[in-house]
Amino acid sequence: MNKELKRVSAIVAVMFVALFLAATNIQVLSSDALNQDPRNVRAIYDGYQTKRGAILVDAQPIAKSDAVGDAFHFKRKYSSDIYSAVTGFYSYYQGATGLESSVNDYLSGKNSAQFFEQLNALFSGNPVSGASVELTIDPKVQQVAYDALAGKIGAVVALEPATGNIIAMVSTPGFDANRLAVHSGTKSAANYAALLAAKGDPLINKAIGGSLYTPGSVFKLVVAAAALEYGGFTIKSTFPNPSTYTLPGTSTKIHNFANSNCGGGQTVTMLDALRLSCNIPFAELGVQLGQDQIRKMAEAFGFGKTFKIPTIATASIFPESLDDSQTALSSFGQFDVRVSPLQIALITAAIANGGVEMNPQLVENVQSSNLALLNQTQPSQFNSPISKSTADALRTMMVAAVKNGASTNGSISGTVVAGKTGTAQNGTNEPYTLWFTGFAPANNPKVVVTVMVADGGGLGQSGTGNVVAAPIAKKVMQAVLGK
Amino acid sequence: MSNLITERISKIVRVVPRNRNTELTLLVFAIALNAFEIIQVQLGTTQSLNAAFWFYFTPLALASLVLHLVLRLRASEADPLILPVVVALNGLGLAEIYRLDIAAKANKQAELFADKQVIWTVVAIALAISVVLFVKSHLLLRRYVFISGVVGIGLLLSPLLPFIGKTINGASLWLSIGGLTFQPGEIAKIALTVFFAGYLVQRKDSLAMTGRTILGIQIPKGRELGPVLAFWLISLLVLVVQHDLGTSLLFFGLFLVMIYTATGKVIYPIVGLGMFLTGALLASRALNYVTARFDAWLNPFDDAHYNANGGSYQLVQGLFGFAHGGLLGTGLGGGVPQLVPLAESDFIIASLGEELGLAGLFVIFTLYVLLVARGLRIGFSHSDEFSKLLATGLSFAFALQCFIVIGGVTRVVPLTGLTTPFLAAGGSSLVANWIIVGLLLRISDTSRREVTQ
Repeated sequence: MNKELKRVSAIVAVMFVALFLAATNIQVLSSDALNQDPRNVRAIYDGYQTKRGAILVDAQPIAKSDAVGDAFHFKRKYSSDIYSAVTGFYSYYQGATGLESSVNDYLSGKNSAQFFEQLNALFSGNPVSGASVELTIDPKVQQVAYDALAGKIGAVVALEPATGNIIAMVSTPGFDANRLAVHSGTKSAANYAALLAAKGDPLINKAIGGSLYTPGSVFKLVVAAAALEYGGFTIKSTFPNPSTYTLPGTSTKIHNFANSNCGGGQTVTMLDALRLSCNIPFAELGVQLGQDQIRKMAEAFGFGKTFKIPTIATASIFPESLDDSQTALSSFGQFDVRVSPLQIALITAAIANGGVEMNPQLVENVQSSNLALLNQTQPSQFNSPISKSTADALRTMMVAAVKNGASTNGSISGTVVAGKTGTAQNGTNEPYTLWFTGFAPANNPKVVVTVMVADGGGLGQSGTGNVVAAPIAKKVMQAVLGK
Repeated sequence: MSNLITERISKIVRVVPRNRNTELTLLVFAIALNAFEIIQVQLGTTQSLNAAFWFYFTPLALASLVLHLVLRLRASEADPLILPVVVALNGLGLAEIYRLDIAAKANKQAELFADKQVIWTVVAIALAISVVLFVKSHLLLRRYVFISGVVGIGLLLSPLLPFIGKTINGASLWLSIGGLTFQPGEIAKIALTVFFAGYLVQRKDSLAMTGRTILGIQIPKGRELGPVLAFWLISLLVLVVQHDLGTSLLFFGLFLVMIYTATGKVIYPIVGLGMFLTGALLASRALNYVTARFDAWLNPFDDAHYNANGGSYQLVQGLFGFAHGGLLGTGLGGGVPQLVPLAESDFIIASLGEELGLAGLFVIFTLYVLLVARGLRIGFSHSDEFSKLLATGLSFAFALQCFIVIGGVTRVVPLTGLTTPFLAAGGSSLVANWIIVGLLLRISDTSRREVTQ
């Protein structure tokens, strides 16, 4: 029987060798492929092994990670819906958006600035804690902006023209990012589906794009800047002032907004055309300048560029290859011109800052978990799209628009406000997109505010930028100025 | 005077044999390893130690030390490696199940396993102690050969009984009496091994007697193939009616190896394997669950199989776990083994593979190889055939069970539902396997006495 027993022993040996080989294959030879399989959630779990850094506003966390007892070890907590456009979300199942995505390397402790911490972790066995990111946001202004926009679909961007620091960035409707930070896959998926289906697309940060919007009359600032900068015009240059205007090469007639007569004269100055926001003079001006001059100006302001704040903003668009009729329509911000509220805020900021456009920035500094300063953002210049004199001329016109023009609801008693409204048409029966962009105080600008209200602010085609958007901007400017 | 001293010395030498001191040294090492594992689980999951340590550590340590003392008194020549190896495996399983319980508690799951595992471990070791104490010689089991056969087959098929039979996850392999569920197949494993050993010793000569020779292979006489046929039918019954591919494969494989060992005729395993594969292939055509298992085995990463109900989801999650562990593992408490369904029972090897890595798995496999090798060694060392066959059968059952369940999880063979001996959560499995340990210890004691006397 011993001969048979030897053979049985050999069979046992073969069986175990098979197990040794199979385990080696899975754990070593095929492990990379298995670890990268999209159905393998363990790689994402690994991101939860270390304490993720907080996102801070005035040293208070608006997003932080708390230790929990489950497999994720840490749960992300968000303080308020008002910051949803700023932070985005960090979800185990749906990935990350907003700052949670754009400064993920700092928050997760993987930035090369944390090299020595990482090296230390390798030897000590303690994982690197993520760095905290302090923002330029002013919580008071953010709250005011969010409250002022409540109930509407839209966005507010407020920034300091001299530094580019964003002090408020709001997109409504906001959302509760905690709903996507839940550790239950089914709950997270259900909440995500509900947010995707929700009215007003809460997951889209309307302040920096994702969607772009028709600018309407706020785009006249770009056309006016091109005229002053390249075209040899002044604010006193005059244009014919008919009650209707036939688009070149077509029989289509256009009117000023609400069939206004734009002051009623035979001619109208650029100052009055911008003050009263007349479409016909700007159509005439645009055709005279030509599409190339307007496009050059728009690109100098940042059209076609994706700003990183550090979250990536969608580039605004000035369309290519226009004929004269399309150029005419584009000159008052219609046709295929599409912008983000951030881009309009940057144009306004360049005007407010004497022609110098600063890069927009949301992050003030980054601190490691042991409070060492890893990165301090320095204000940086994006471009000088216009001269000081052009900036001053535009400012003069915007002050007039708020004082006794089409943008009067932006005025604040005791402070000179410069501003421009827009009421953009989106199609025959589509609700308007309503705008206000401006700065205050006009002679020493502390803040630029751009407000965009989509879906007509719920008023369809009966609202205007001055009625709906300007009062919101006014509240935000007051919050900054303390008035 | 000098005679008296020699006598005393020889007494001392006899009372404290080298075997038992080796065992004690290794046992203390296994127990210390277990303490280390439980501490690592606590530190790995909660970053702190707590008193629950004593609840999970003490029972196994004390019970195995008691078994060791009993062996000193009643089976001093028993194999010294078996107990430490089994304690190391049982302790490791317990630590991992405790670790999975901590994750389950965090997820607010109601079903926990570690506390029950501790209790069953104590019960199982107590039964192993009883075997060593009350089974004075395993040769006594020869009296109960046919009773064992009836009991074994009865237990194997008992889940089909109305009222007490219970179907879980599509397989009928449980008995449920008064809220306690029990897998009779595990106990049947012992009874049937005893039966095979006894029966084959009796019939081996006639079984080995050959009739004609066809193509150089000696064909046994027709009537001697009867038992093979009978057991083949029982195995297929288990497969078809109880939906339990693993148990079916285990018992038939065990039977074939034992009949081969007894008769020395290769024809039995060849014909038997052929019959089983034919039966299984036919079954896979006819039975959806077998087809699904095969498809999941061959193409687990296909989305169709991955998403199918009863498809490859669990298998693939297990593979992800292994891969996550890599060479050295995440450390106990450092991985996420709870993502795999049945991580504490059928897939405990995937849980351990994730947290201990390939290095840890090699240690576990080596422990099993040691256990089986010691068992087979007992078979070699005995001169009496019943003992040889019994020891071979009991040890080979460990080997085959490991191969079927671990091979299933690592995609060597299709996945079936068997427990990993000593590691997996489950009372029946622990009890049955510790009884086998008791028997092997008893058999090894007598074999060594034969040698020393």
